[in-house]
Amino acid sequence: MALPSSFPVSPPLIFERKDLQKLLEVLNAQGYRVIGPTVRDGAVIYDEVQSDHEFPVGWTDSQSAGTYRLEKSDSKALFAYTASPQSWKRFLHPPALTLWEAHRSNGTFQITAEDASPRYAFVGVRACELQAIAIQDKVFLYSEFMDPHYKARRENTFIVAVNCGRAGGTCFCVSMNTGPKASSGFDLALTEILEDERHYFVVEIGSEAGAEIMRELPHRPAGEGEIEAAERILAQTAASMGRELKTDDLKELLYRSYESPRWDDVARRCLTCGNCTLVCPTCFCTTVEDVTDLTGEQAQRVRKWDSCFTMDFSYIHGGSVRYSTKSRYRQWLTHKLATWIDQFGTSGCVGCGRCITWCPVGIDITEEVQAVRAGGGKTSKKGAKHENV
Amino acid sequence: MVENLLTEKLTAADPMLPGLFRIHRILKESYDTFTVELVSLEGYQTFPFEAGQFNMLYVYGVGEIPVSISGDPLHPETLVHTTRVVGTVTRAMRELKIGDVIGVRGPFGSAWPVQAAKGNDLVFVAGGIGLAPLRPALYQILAQRDRYGKIVLLYGCRSPEDILFRKELEKWRARFDLEIYVTVDYANTRWHGNVGVVTKLIPKAPFDPLNTIAMVCGPEVMMRFTAIELQKRGVNPDNIYISMERNMKCAVGFCGHCQFGPTFICKNGPVYPYSQMQNWLTMWEI
Repeated sequence: MALPSSFPVSPPLIFERKDLQKLLEVLNAQGYRVIGPTVRDGAVIYDEVQSDHEFPVGWTDSQSAGTYRLEKSDSKALFAYTASPQSWKRFLHPPALTLWEAHRSNGTFQITAEDASPRYAFVGVRACELQAIAIQDKVFLYSEFMDPHYKARRENTFIVAVNCGRAGGTCFCVSMNTGPKASSGFDLALTEILEDERHYFVVEIGSEAGAEIMRELPHRPAGEGEIEAAERILAQTAASMGRELKTDDLKELLYRSYESPRWDDVARRCLTCGNCTLVCPTCFCTTVEDVTDLTGEQAQRVRKWDSCFTMDFSYIHGGSVRYSTKSRYRQWLTHKLATWIDQFGTSGCVGCGRCITWCPVGIDITEEVQAVRAGGGKTSKKGAKHENV
Repeated sequence: MVENLLTEKLTAADPMLPGLFRIHRILKESYDTFTVELVSLEGYQTFPFEAGQFNMLYVYGVGEIPVSISGDPLHPETLVHTTRVVGTVTRAMRELKIGDVIGVRGPFGSAWPVQAAKGNDLVFVAGGIGLAPLRPALYQILAQRDRYGKIVLLYGCRSPEDILFRKELEKWRARFDLEIYVTVDYANTRWHGNVGVVTKLIPKAPFDPLNTIAMVCGPEVMMRFTAIELQKRGVNPDNIYISMERNMKCAVGFCGHCQFGPTFICKNGPVYPYSQMQNWLTMWEI
């Protein structure tokens, strides 16, 4: 379990690449279903892994607005890829989840809810993704209500973070202050190092559960040179971000900019496909579907990911509240970067860049914010002022 | 305490899990509006709630919708909901019979400021079905009538046939300590009352604007213009309360559908001080 804790930071350890398979075996032996990165259908995705051969050895990626390409190199690096099209959200907050089932008999019905949640170990969680998980914790665990489905998955999850050895073309975690180094919310955090024919990980322990796992694995204290090597790599990653997003005054700027002409501009490009919300590791919106079997004796309520880009999302009797593309893009971006802060005390953006990479027309959130900023929060029509609620 | 058990069970354990209720009584309010009275099938004697709150009602196999509670908070032995037939779920609900079972989650959301309003004049402004979420506050206030100043109810609907709770309104109208004014958008010659929008009733309504709490529920545009008229009379926007409506799927802030500016109407609302909402209400497609 890697809920935020104040576990004392232990000195970094060294863990050899050749022992990675042992880590997977130890996690398996402790009853975890290990989920890690693997190459499938031309992308690095997160799925169940049994062996370290399944990791994306030598694979890296090139990402830009609307583009994602895997590239093979001779490197033996396991974690040289950057943000995957998937995020860990699909395991903690599944795309489809049966909330309960109802059975009808004798003029009434009974409702039963069962949720057998697996015990996951995530291997390869990036710093920005740790922050995304912390953000969804705020939504599902620390708001007025608590989601027992999320809680069951989250509490049982073991997290092996992997610090980023390179930045992707659409990354901007430095702007959002979420990376590239994992600072909290993990059980173990690794930095992968390949130098002088050596291949090893600098390991930080983030929890008692993490310490317990390390006790079962070969390790030794890290030397000064090794710690410096890890720091050098992370500094280099931080210095090579593909994107930048200026966050000063951002919330206030967006509150002032509901009538910005930029929303008309982006609406001419946006397809309202909802890709950005699906790849976003913090977007949490859902809908529910009520289904019955053919006899009508069994009914189910299924919760599914939804997107604020659909017309149906804001539908009330009489029509959709947000019927224009402009209002839906504005809702998404303004929620992510402004109203989210008032709702949950944190930005809803972690700077992973997925929404930029996976937008089929290459709309870039950093570019849109820059353009709104250039407008200075000017209004296109009437100059309404908006206060926080 | 028995009263707290239900809320705890529904909200603390799994807020997405409905409790089962049996339909105890059905009242036809108008050609398209009806009231259901429900009792718990799970042994709860009462269903405590605050005036202005809502429940999620589930019709087996059809779906779930938010409906405000229209009953008396001082008599929570039955759970009372009044709804207009507007969609799939309400249409299916209308077909249900006494003894049928429906699912209930709640109560959710914020309440009318019934306690805080003590010592003030009260103006209720309702549009159409908007009278239903205000009725619990009226019950509660009339039960302690001496704690409040003047009470005025201004009620507007489409036609005389749309007037809700007609018998109750007539009974209340007979009281000397409550003023009721009704207006309709259109009527035939048998109607001798007011014709026109409800905001037209505000300038002449008997209340002290500097010492008034207003509770307003109806279509968004009606609430906006009501608030403007009330402010013209001198009512402070902080003392005007409105009840907002948006698409709700979960009622607990998980699904995102009811977002309005920086709030989720299901948990931060539906009742808000108008002063918090007034700027947002002037914008389209929030």
